[in-house]
Amino acid sequence: MSTVPQGEAAPTLRVVLAAEGLRFSWPGMARPCIDIEALRITAGEAVFLHGPSGCGKSTLLSLLAGVLVADEGRVMLLGHDWSQLSGAARDRCRVAHVGYIFQQFNLLPYLSVLDNVLLPCRFSQRRESQAARGGSAREEAEHLLEQMGLDHNLWKRQAMQLSVGQQQRVAAARALIGQPEVVIADEPTSALDEDRREAFLDVLLTACAVNNSALVFVSHDQRIAQRFARHVLLPEINRAAPAAMAADA
Amino acid sequence: MKALFSIAWRSAWNRRFTLALTVFSIALSTFLLLGVERIRTELRENFASSVSGTDLIVGARTGATQLLLYSVFRIGAATNNISWKSVQALAAHPGVDWVVPLSLGDSHRGFAVLATSPEYFTRFRYGNRQPLALREGKPFSALFDAVVGAEVADKLGYHVGQRITLAHGSGELNASEHADKPFTVVGVLARTGTPVDRTVHIGLEAMEAIHLEWVGGAPMPGVKIPAEQVRKFDLTPKNVTAALVGLKNRSAVFGVQRWISTYTGEPLMAILPGVALDELWSVIGIGENALLLMSALVALVSLAGLVSVVMAGLNERRRELAVLRAVGAGLRHVLALLALEGAMVTVLGVAFGVLMAVLGIALLAPWLQAQFGLTLTLSPPTLNEWLLMASLLVAGWLASLLPGIRAYRLSLADGLSPRI
Repeated sequence: MSTVPQGEAAPTLRVVLAAEGLRFSWPGMARPCIDIEALRITAGEAVFLHGPSGCGKSTLLSLLAGVLVADEGRVMLLGHDWSQLSGAARDRCRVAHVGYIFQQFNLLPYLSVLDNVLLPCRFSQRRESQAARGGSAREEAEHLLEQMGLDHNLWKRQAMQLSVGQQQRVAAARALIGQPEVVIADEPTSALDEDRREAFLDVLLTACAVNNSALVFVSHDQRIAQRFARHVLLPEINRAAPAAMAADA
Repeated sequence: MKALFSIAWRSAWNRRFTLALTVFSIALSTFLLLGVERIRTELRENFASSVSGTDLIVGARTGATQLLLYSVFRIGAATNNISWKSVQALAAHPGVDWVVPLSLGDSHRGFAVLATSPEYFTRFRYGNRQPLALREGKPFSALFDAVVGAEVADKLGYHVGQRITLAHGSGELNASEHADKPFTVVGVLARTGTPVDRTVHIGLEAMEAIHLEWVGGAPMPGVKIPAEQVRKFDLTPKNVTAALVGLKNRSAVFGVQRWISTYTGEPLMAILPGVALDELWSVIGIGENALLLMSALVALVSLAGLVSVVMAGLNERRRELAVLRAVGAGLRHVLALLALEGAMVTVLGVAFGVLMAVLGIALLAPWLQAQFGLTLTLSPPTLNEWLLMASLLVAGWLASLLPGIRAYRLSLADGLSPRI
C-alpha cells in the first residue's frame, strides 16, 4: 500500500475507487442504465457527483459500493474488483473501506447515538481496530461526534429523539469512524434547510479531509457545488443517460 | 454474532407492542392446544378408571353402553330391573366369587343414590384396582345409615352425623321426598375422581324400606308406614337395577357371560366393563378429536396472524435493514436477524403458553373437579405434549421466517437504497 507517512495532510494520488468500461442494466430493462468509460477517485478527494433525477446516480452509487455488480467492465475498490468477490466478501470489504450516508433515516432508531456511530465497528474488525488506534473505538466515536458539533448530552439518547439535522451528523460520524478510504453520501443534505446544510457540509468536508477519506457526494443541488474541488456531471460521463439530460444539466 | 443478537433484541424491543401481540397469540394457541390435550388425556384416564376389578356388569337386556352408563356413570335410567331371584341364581353360579347388587333411581339434591350391599365397599375397585377408602366415619350398618361420596360431602358440607332425606327419582327439584324416613350420614368416602364421589350410598334394605308404601313411582294415598315400623316388613329387595360380578377365575368370563345371556328366568345381559368402556370412548372420542382439531385450527390462525403482523411491519423495517446493510451487515446477517427474532418470539410465546397452561390447570383444577368431576393433575408433560410444544415451536419459527425471507429478498433488491 501507500508509502506516504499517514497523518500528514499530503494527499496521495492513490486511486481508491475506479470504474472502467462500466455497463449495467436493471433486470428486465432493454437499455443499460449505466455506461461509463472511466471514473477514478483518488484518496482524500472530495467529488461532487450531480445530475438530474433519473440519470442513474443511485445505481452508480450502488455499483461503486459493490451492492450491485457490473454487467460489463469493472469497479475496483483499492484494487479489488467487486465482481471477483463473493457476496459475503463484498459485504466485508464494503464495511471495511466504505462509509455510507443516506438521504435520511440513517440511524437505527432503537440504538443510542453512540451505538449507532459504533455500528460499523461491530461488523468490521478493521474499522474497529482503526478506530481504536488512538485509544478505544468509543473514544473515537465521541471524538467524531464532538467534531460534528453534537453535544455530550445527546450521545446517550435514542437516535429517534434527534432532529433530522442532528441525525445526519450522527450518520456522518458513523460513516467516518475507523477511517474508511471512501465515504459515499447519497444526497445527505436534501432533508436539511439552508443553514443546517452549510453547517453539515462544513463538518463533513473537514472530517473527510482530516481522515484523508475520499468523499463521493451525490446531489442535484447546484448551490453547494462550489464547496467541492471536483465536479462530475453524471449525464456527461454516463453514455446511457438520455441525451436530453446532458444538455439540460 | 453477539452484536447481532443484541441488535435483534433491541430492534424487537423497539417493536415490542406489535410483537407482544404476536407472542400473546402464540401463547394463547399453545395454552389452548396443551389444555385440550391435557383435558383429553385426563378425561380418558378418569373415564377408564371409573371401574376396575369387576369382571362383569349384569343388568336387564339393553345396550352394553346404556348398561355401563347407568350402572357406573349414573347417567340415564334402566328400562328394566333384574329380579332378586336372578341375583341369587347368579351368586350361586359356581364360577362366581362375589355379586354386589346395585339399585338406583333415587337422588339426594341432585346426587344419585345407590343402594347396595355392604360388600360394595370392599369389592368395588377403581383406577388401578384401588379399593374405596373412607376419609371419615364407617360403612353403613344400621338401616337408615348413608355413606356419601367426597364431592357430595364437599359440595353440601356434610360430615358424619348429618341428617339427610332422599328424593324419589332424580333431579334437583323433586316434590316427592322420602321426608318421613331420614338417613344419617355415617361415613364419607375419600375422593376417587370417579362417579362414586357424586353418589350417596345406602343399604338395599333401606331402599326397600323407603319405598314400602310406594307403588308405581308414587306414594299410595292414605298409607303411612312410620320409620320405626318398617322392620316388621320383609326388606329383602324384590329387584335391583344391576349387579357387579367378580369371578373366581377370570378366564371363565365368557362362559359366565354366555350363561347369563341365556338365563331362562328373565332376559339378562352381562358386559365386560373394559370392553364397554372402550366402546363408549370410541363414541365420545369423536368429540375429543374435534376439540383437538379445533385447537389446531386456532394455532394455525394465530400463526397466520403472526405472519401478517410481521409482514405488515416489514415496510417499516426495510429502512432498518438497509441501514444495517450499509454499516456492514451481510445478507446472512439480515437473515440471521430475522430468524433470531422469529425464534425469540416463538420461544417466548410457547413459554408463556406453557406457563398459562400450568397456571390454568393449577387454578381451574378444583373447579373442574367440582363442576365436571374431572381430575386434572399438574404433572410433567407427556410425550404428546412435548411433541405439541415442539411442533408449535417449529411451526411458529417457520411462519416467522416467511416475512423474514421476504425481507431478505427486499433487502437483496433494495441494496442500500430502499424504494419507499
